[in-house]
Amino acid sequence: MDQLVALLGYEFVQNAIAAGFVIAIVSGVVSGFVVARNMSFAVHALAELGFTGAAGFILLGLSPVLGLLVGTAATAVFIGTLGVRARGRDVVVGVVMAFGLGLGVLFITLYKGYANQAFAILFGTITGVSRGDVLLLLAIGAITLVALAAVYRPLTFATVDPEVAEARGVPVGALAVVFLLIMAAAVAEAIQVVGVLLILTLLITPGAAAERLTPRPWLATACSVGIALLCTIGGILLSLVTNAPVSVFVTSLSFACYLLARFVIGPRRPELRIPTPRSAATPEKAPTA
Amino acid sequence: MENRPAVRFERVTLSYGARSIWSDLSLDIAAGSFVAILGPNGSGKTSLLRAILGLVAPSDGHIEVLGHAPHRGDAGIGYVPQHSTFDADLPFRGRDLVQLGLDGHRWGIGWPDATSRARVDRVLASVDAEGYADAPIGRLSGGEQQRLRIAQALVGDPQIILCDEPLANLDLRYQQTITALIASWRERTGGTVLFVTHDVNPVLGLVDQVLFVVSGRWAAGTPDEVLTSERMSELYRSHVDVVRVHGRIVVVGESTESGFNIEEPHHVPVAVEPH
Repeated sequence: MDQLVALLGYEFVQNAIAAGFVIAIVSGVVSGFVVARNMSFAVHALAELGFTGAAGFILLGLSPVLGLLVGTAATAVFIGTLGVRARGRDVVVGVVMAFGLGLGVLFITLYKGYANQAFAILFGTITGVSRGDVLLLLAIGAITLVALAAVYRPLTFATVDPEVAEARGVPVGALAVVFLLIMAAAVAEAIQVVGVLLILTLLITPGAAAERLTPRPWLATACSVGIALLCTIGGILLSLVTNAPVSVFVTSLSFACYLLARFVIGPRRPELRIPTPRSAATPEKAPTA
Repeated sequence: MENRPAVRFERVTLSYGARSIWSDLSLDIAAGSFVAILGPNGSGKTSLLRAILGLVAPSDGHIEVLGHAPHRGDAGIGYVPQHSTFDADLPFRGRDLVQLGLDGHRWGIGWPDATSRARVDRVLASVDAEGYADAPIGRLSGGEQQRLRIAQALVGDPQIILCDEPLANLDLRYQQTITALIASWRERTGGTVLFVTHDVNPVLGLVDQVLFVVSGRWAAGTPDEVLTSERMSELYRSHVDVVRVHGRIVVVGESTESGFNIEEPHHVPVAVEPH
């Protein structure tokens, strides 16, 4: 404990926690939509192509964080223009991902410096972020959250009920592209904590655990953010104390949250049960209570 | 109000690419009427609704909805889409679905306020769905989801509701329940109902006007005018008998090279009220 308090005095620790805070909030909100829209594969592709972007920027001697963002955003635009429809989308994602990752390998091969930075992008670097990177991450996070707040309601409509949303004038197609861009920013952020390869632990698991806890959309978003915060900040602190990589703890904590939500807490929530039929007008499905 | 039709089609042709879905449709749908839209699968019934919603533009002619050109997001129209399912674990309740019908198209976060919550409660009560409005929507039965869909379409106080096969996948009891809900809404508000269906039976007692579309051709009028052997044979361009059996009308056609096959579900068993 004393050790932890002492560590909190270091600037690099403060940087990590500040960045982790924003990253977790963004990831928590976005992951609910990723789960509801069934976009795990797209998240994975954005992350891998973020790696390509970062590798390219490292090669050019530029900021890898910025490279990540350029990589994910370019991929989002590409996927958005080529295949917004669910079925076509996975195919387009696969096609783009394979090519982009090939480019990433090329950039890494061409780079003659140390490969540490590339390794860090694959597995997470949060305790190594500079003050400048923290500011950049804060800015990206703030813009992403503002964008999410602006589209939250119509995006929810377009996600759960696209036919009626379209009939009510919601620009369903445009929102799909906007959400891809929001995902691009969230992925670029979350990679700082857990890296490209473990991205789903922050962009799927919190949302997947939250939907096992409550049927209320607002509360589900709040739970998802809470879980993402617990995993991120908890992971950073545990890593500082033990010296093991952050991503080990983040993935373990988020998996534990999921198991707990799915098998322990969720089954005890009365809200999640099917209500007892009140009248003859609600037949079928026997009550489980 | 009396003079202005709820929906007016003037020589409307709708095409999908080079293929014309239906052509030269002229029809006035009187405010407060109940119109059943019938026809085989793929005859463009859903496209007709999409044209009224302003989601597709006619290639020729023009459409007037509530006195103006169709436009996306028309608050005067409620829409009940064709059967769609919700994921069982989606963190979303019936109440939230109805709330979206009220303000889901607006930007922003949309904190629910007391006024809109009261309005949602009222419409949930009117369709008798309070008992399961707070349960996860993906775990409800098809009939329960359909009631919530009706509530969602009605919550914005529309003047017209468009229902696309609202009785599909429902058992007989729920077909009657949903039909009764729509009928009582029309009674209460004087609203107009456009009802796409492959089976006119459950709503025949309510129908003022039938629009029957086959391969781009159409016939409109009262059920007794349209559902006759002569009109149906003309429409299908094939020998068709409209048979009255046990107070029902069954449309039966011979099998021809044009693909007219009585086994197809589009051969609507049609009943008329017993005389």
